[in-house]
Amino acid sequence: MSDTWIDIGGVDEIPQKGSRVVKTTSGDVAVFRTVNDEVFALRDRCPHKGGPLSQGIVHGTSVTCPLHNWVIGLDSGSAQGQDKGCTRRFPVKVEAGRIYLDVALALPRVA
Amino acid sequence: MKQKLVIIGNGMAPGRMLENLLEAAPDAYEVTIFNAEPRVNYDRIMLSPVLSGEKTFEEIVIHGDGWYIKHGITLYKGCKIKTIDRAAKTVTSDTGIVESYDKLVIATGSVPFIIPVPGNDMAGVLTYRDLDDVNAMMIAAKSRGNAVVIGGGLLGLEAAAGLAEQGMKVTVIHIMPTLMERQLDPAAGHLLKKAVEERGITVLNGANTKAILGSSRVEGVELADGTIVPADIIVMAVGIRPNAVLGKESGLEVKRGIVVDDQMRTSDPDVFALGECAEHRGMVYGLVAPLYEMAGILAKTLAAEPAAYAGSVTATKLKVTGINLFSAGDFAEGEDREEIVLRDARQGIYKRLVLKNNRIVGAVLYGETSDGAWFFDMLKRSVDISEMRDTLIFGQSYQGGTPLDPTAAVAALPDDAEICGCNGICKGKITGAIEKLGLKNVDDVRSHTKASASCGSCTGLVEQLLKVKLGDAFNPTAIQPMCGCTELGHDDVRRLIVAKSIKSIPALMQELNWKTSCGCAKCRPALNYYLLATWPGDYVDDSQSRFINERVHANIQKDGTYSVVPRMWGGVTSAKELRAIADAVDKFAIPSVKCTGGQRIDLLGVKKDDLPAVWSDLNAAGMVSGHAYGKALRTVKTCVGTDWCRFGTQDSTGLGIKLEKFMWGAWTPAKVKMAVSGCPRNCAEATCKDVGVICVDSGYEIHFAGAAGLDIKGTEVLGHVKTEEEAIEVIAALVQLYREQGRYLERIYKWAKRVGSTSIKAAVLEDATKRKALYERFVFAQSFSQKDPWEERARGVAAHEFRPMANLTFKQAAE
Repeated sequence: MSDTWIDIGGVDEIPQKGSRVVKTTSGDVAVFRTVNDEVFALRDRCPHKGGPLSQGIVHGTSVTCPLHNWVIGLDSGSAQGQDKGCTRRFPVKVEAGRIYLDVALALPRVA
Repeated sequence: MKQKLVIIGNGMAPGRMLENLLEAAPDAYEVTIFNAEPRVNYDRIMLSPVLSGEKTFEEIVIHGDGWYIKHGITLYKGCKIKTIDRAAKTVTSDTGIVESYDKLVIATGSVPFIIPVPGNDMAGVLTYRDLDDVNAMMIAAKSRGNAVVIGGGLLGLEAAAGLAEQGMKVTVIHIMPTLMERQLDPAAGHLLKKAVEERGITVLNGANTKAILGSSRVEGVELADGTIVPADIIVMAVGIRPNAVLGKESGLEVKRGIVVDDQMRTSDPDVFALGECAEHRGMVYGLVAPLYEMAGILAKTLAAEPAAYAGSVTATKLKVTGINLFSAGDFAEGEDREEIVLRDARQGIYKRLVLKNNRIVGAVLYGETSDGAWFFDMLKRSVDISEMRDTLIFGQSYQGGTPLDPTAAVAALPDDAEICGCNGICKGKITGAIEKLGLKNVDDVRSHTKASASCGSCTGLVEQLLKVKLGDAFNPTAIQPMCGCTELGHDDVRRLIVAKSIKSIPALMQELNWKTSCGCAKCRPALNYYLLATWPGDYVDDSQSRFINERVHANIQKDGTYSVVPRMWGGVTSAKELRAIADAVDKFAIPSVKCTGGQRIDLLGVKKDDLPAVWSDLNAAGMVSGHAYGKALRTVKTCVGTDWCRFGTQDSTGLGIKLEKFMWGAWTPAKVKMAVSGCPRNCAEATCKDVGVICVDSGYEIHFAGAAGLDIKGTEVLGHVKTEEEAIEVIAALVQLYREQGRYLERIYKWAKRVGSTSIKAAVLEDATKRKALYERFVFAQSFSQKDPWEERARGVAAHEFRPMANLTFKQAAE
């Protein structure tokens, strides 16, 4: 399955404590970079009202949704605190400063 | 016919005396003050926090210029009285002003003692007495060089801590074997020395200064044992002497100070002495509490009410952040005296009580000082302690069986127990005010009773009184922290940013022990604002700590698209601008166009990727960002004023445009909406805005603190000015004060409620000096903030914000 990892760009193309969007046929994927340079990928939709998580403030290994301040864990995709809900995670890995997204999940094959 | 009262000196004692006198007999005197210092009355005991950078001079002013004007008092600043002619009843200043008096008050304070060694008059030798000294020290500290403080008493240690906080390498030279030997025994002095040394300060005990070295200015200090300590500045803090020169020269009875009776009267019945220059029953005082007691007595005497001063017992606290030290009374050893001492060196706690006839005559607490008020109260009331002698040293909590919690301990204090030593405020006065005036927090208590308003060391006690009175309704720890990442409240964080010269968010989180690795969505935007507002031009804005709207300069909508609001100065637009807007709407297929409440046009549903191109087109027609997305100046709404309206009294549109052009781009704690109406019919609805102007025939009525959102509140009148220029200066000063004091997300009306409208009016309207300073700070900050963020992004700044990182939709198509 190694052929389904796609190079989506360098880690340094995402600001620390920030996020960028990768467009796929099944919707936007938000790719996050934490203060410690860990990289995570989530579907760019908050489980609450579909807010774009890529636009939120990234802190620790969480992101706060810009629409109604739900806090989503980047490693689990789950809402924190009192809120309940989960957004889909995508496998990502970093090799030699490049970020690879597993498109087997991001790009469901039609055929 | 009013009598003429002349006061020589404008320190804290005469300031307090006048407050009391104006209350007791407001019309009895025509008052003239001569102040050798070129400024108004300020809180001298707060000089140490000014030196350490925790407070600014403006924050420690007691009476601003406005206060003197309001009470019709003539204040000569920087004017020193040279002679008193008691026969003619006149005083003469060094500038040649001659003023006659019916009653004269001498309040010349004290002078620092300069040790008689060679070189003591060289440049670089400073004392620690007034704001000029503090300014001189702060300028010297910029060199980050060596400072020597001579004197290891209260004042010397405060100076040393302040200079170290300012980045200097400090050495304290103290002639005695231990620090603060008048208050502490050698063991406690050793604990204090350790705490002082932990701040990077070198302490040399038993060191005798032989000479001050240097050619044109100081270079070092030579000690009696030959040691040479390098120094760029030397601060003499070995003690003070009453400044009784004028008394002596005019033939009054003078011993150490000017001798006064119980009514503060000198040997001349029409001349009084007050404060540190006065000697009463053989005692001279250098602490604020007794000076305030004298002030109260003298005010009554002048108001022809009976009053007698019986001398004071004094308590003192060391005002060095993080070192707790309380001492009160008399510690001299004697045959008839006993001591109870508790010492825990590892925890850094030391308590010592000096007893005489089973009564406390002296108390020293180090490390843990919460029982200070209780001991001091028993000392003053001469309570017989034989019943509780066994547990006395453990404090109030251990009396009567089960230990009390601190709140119960405060609740158990009698009503006449003193809580605030600086201002002489007792418990009953505070609890009474909490009940009667419905006070809710420490700030309320400060503004209404003055308790905890000077040195602030009784803040804990005041909080506990609030807790006793309000129960769970008062819970400072529940409302104070900024967020879950810290225990610190907004005001503490702002203060510490200044005090510790913190200039970045990571440094702040390190220094202030943030509990999380990089904060949260609540604190980071607040910190970014505080740093930006504190260090204009210096702090580098952290866009990752801004809410998305401020990061991409547009408002995020529910579907993830954005809305764009171009600036229309004062709500005025043109065919050219409207055409450009229409073209952009067509070109980018913008789904919705709507007018806003602030007289602007809102383009809704713009795709994020299109934002830079939309802005570029709007820029081309001369339009810039309207900041409808920011905690910033939003809009200035106007009516047509004298341009068209038959009722208009002034050019309200013109003033609105001027205000908006001057103030756009300024970041503020929360959004700021303004309006200018051309007449009291108020078509621009200025009376529900953060700042509003109502034009009238005679000028401009400036309003503030309105709200028409979550809360609805009419504005309060700030004041009336005659010209546009004045209106702009007052408004800019108001907004700057808000920028400096407002908590993040706190709108102007909430800020005004918290700090009190009177203090705002005093700073931006009544006190011209303060207003000017605020205005200038605003102008300085604006020099960095008026860059159109749209133009920058249309040019390609922060391009990553507007482009996807990768587009895999093509890839799949290719497969």
